[in-house]
Amino acid sequence: MINTVSFELRLYVAGQTAKSLAACANLKRICETHLAGQYRIEIIDLTKNPKLAAGDQILALPTLVRRLPKPVKKIIGDLSNEERVLVGLDVRPV
Amino acid sequence: MLAMEFLVRGATQYGEPGVFMMFEENAAELTANVRSLGFDLEKLAAQKKLVLDHVHIERSEIEETGEYDLEGLFIRLGHAVKSIGAKRVVLDTVEALFSGLPNHAILRAELRRLFRWLKDHRLTAVITGERGEQSLTRYGLEEYVADCVIVLDQRIHEQISTRRLRVLKYRGSAHGTNEYPFLIGERGISVLPITSLRLDHQASAKRIPTGIARLDEMLGGKGVFRGSSVLVSGSPGTGKSSVAAKFADAACRRGERVLLFAYEESSAQIVRNMGSIGIGLEPWVKKGLLQIHSSRPTLHGLEQHLVMMHDAVSGFHPSVVVVDPISNLSLDRNASEVKPTLMRLIDFLKQQQITTLFTSLTAGGGETPEDSQLGVSSLMDTWLLLRNVEFNGERNRTIYVLKSRGMAHSNQVREFVLSDTGIDLVDVYLGTERVLTGTARVAQEELEGAAAALREEDHRRKLGQLASRQKAIEAQIAALRADAEAEAAEVAFTIARETLQQRTTQRSTDVMAQLRSADKTRGSRKE
Repeated sequence: MINTVSFELRLYVAGQTAKSLAACANLKRICETHLAGQYRIEIIDLTKNPKLAAGDQILALPTLVRRLPKPVKKIIGDLSNEERVLVGLDVRPV
Repeated sequence: MLAMEFLVRGATQYGEPGVFMMFEENAAELTANVRSLGFDLEKLAAQKKLVLDHVHIERSEIEETGEYDLEGLFIRLGHAVKSIGAKRVVLDTVEALFSGLPNHAILRAELRRLFRWLKDHRLTAVITGERGEQSLTRYGLEEYVADCVIVLDQRIHEQISTRRLRVLKYRGSAHGTNEYPFLIGERGISVLPITSLRLDHQASAKRIPTGIARLDEMLGGKGVFRGSSVLVSGSPGTGKSSVAAKFADAACRRGERVLLFAYEESSAQIVRNMGSIGIGLEPWVKKGLLQIHSSRPTLHGLEQHLVMMHDAVSGFHPSVVVVDPISNLSLDRNASEVKPTLMRLIDFLKQQQITTLFTSLTAGGGETPEDSQLGVSSLMDTWLLLRNVEFNGERNRTIYVLKSRGMAHSNQVREFVLSDTGIDLVDVYLGTERVLTGTARVAQEELEGAAAALREEDHRRKLGQLASRQKAIEAQIAALRADAEAEAAEVAFTIARETLQQRTTQRSTDVMAQLRSADKTRGSRKE
């Protein structure tokens, strides 16, 4: 476990849909449980800022992008499967 | 490619801005690739007529957890469309998504939603997809889209490839069902229909001279019809190209534009060679009246040639087109392919009211000249046949008009003479049993001249004889007449003498009677 802020996460959502809200809640829960104090979450609503979609090559929504640590990782879906989220974020070895 | 053209043409010519969303190439690559076709995407993008958006998916970066949808794509597309007011959308190989996203069920549902969305926003979309093994597209995409499906493929036949296009379905439209070859050329994509639907081109009654005065004479005195097609066929060295060049020269002289497609010689070579028989093409080239396109027939497939001709004709607007020789186009090609192609070419040119002259090489040798015409002769309005006549140790060129629709033409063979001063036609010697040309003709003519002189001499002699005979007869007549006169005189003398004797006798009788006092009445006689 690292003690500095090492996880910079960005969650792309579209409006306040059920999936978006589920993704937000799931992400917060997972991070609090496994990465307490080491993460920063930025939530981007593409319906308000459509220009930002091209930057991270967002197609599917919701998408969680791990900007740090490198390499960039993307996790799509509502993050309901905690195990896979953690694998995707490399928090837990497979 | 087709999609790109659709978009660029839409942006530049129809005022409909477009969005190009690519899933394979990135914007810089695409821009570089289509620049070769003369499309400047950067400029269009700067003018807000075009948006390029590269959608990149890297499967290794993506982890799936739970439910998701492609709202992000929608938002991006929606944003791009809104930013320039696009009317057209291209999704280049949207199927790349299938390899990037593992959940095909979601993807299919989302794509259907996407196409629905495009329709709702009244966007015209071109979606490209790769052809699958069994189905039309690898992932069965056509099931969702498919207001119109166009299939493109590339085929190689005899080492020459041809791209083909087919409209598989097009809802709400009567479309051609044939396969149409197409070409990606300097002006983008060109598609040519296989056959024209109707034969409805205008027929001009105007005639244009061929440049060879005697030939015009043979063609009813005025030359060929404008907008008609002329075939000049002949075995090697019969002067086909010369006729063609003369034809072109004559048209240039009238100030018309001429397009010459040469498949045997380079343009410089043509100009030089034609100069040797007094046909100066160079000034016309310099003036811009004559354009010579030289290429090897094997350079492209037949279709490409056809398209090239289309492009050249559309760009140059000639009134006369010369193809020399058309038979080279059929090199190594299926005869069944050549005829329709030429038919299309002829139809196209006729519709433009362009007079065309094709030359066609027939195989030398004994076969009849009507053979090996690629079956095009029936498409031609006028057919001139050039033939070598080998006789008396020399070959001579002859020309005749095999057919010429819509005019009274000569059915006589003429001798065709190429000299420094150009082309001339000479009457051949038409004897009772054969046609003579070349030196044989000259010899025969001289022979005839000598014979005539001899005959004349003979006649003179005969006349002289007659005259002298007449004189003799006249002399005889005079002699006879003299005889007759002499005889007549003799007779008269005898009569006179006898009359005198009789009178004397009578008188003496009378005297004696008087003396004897005889009866007066009984003894008197009527004098």
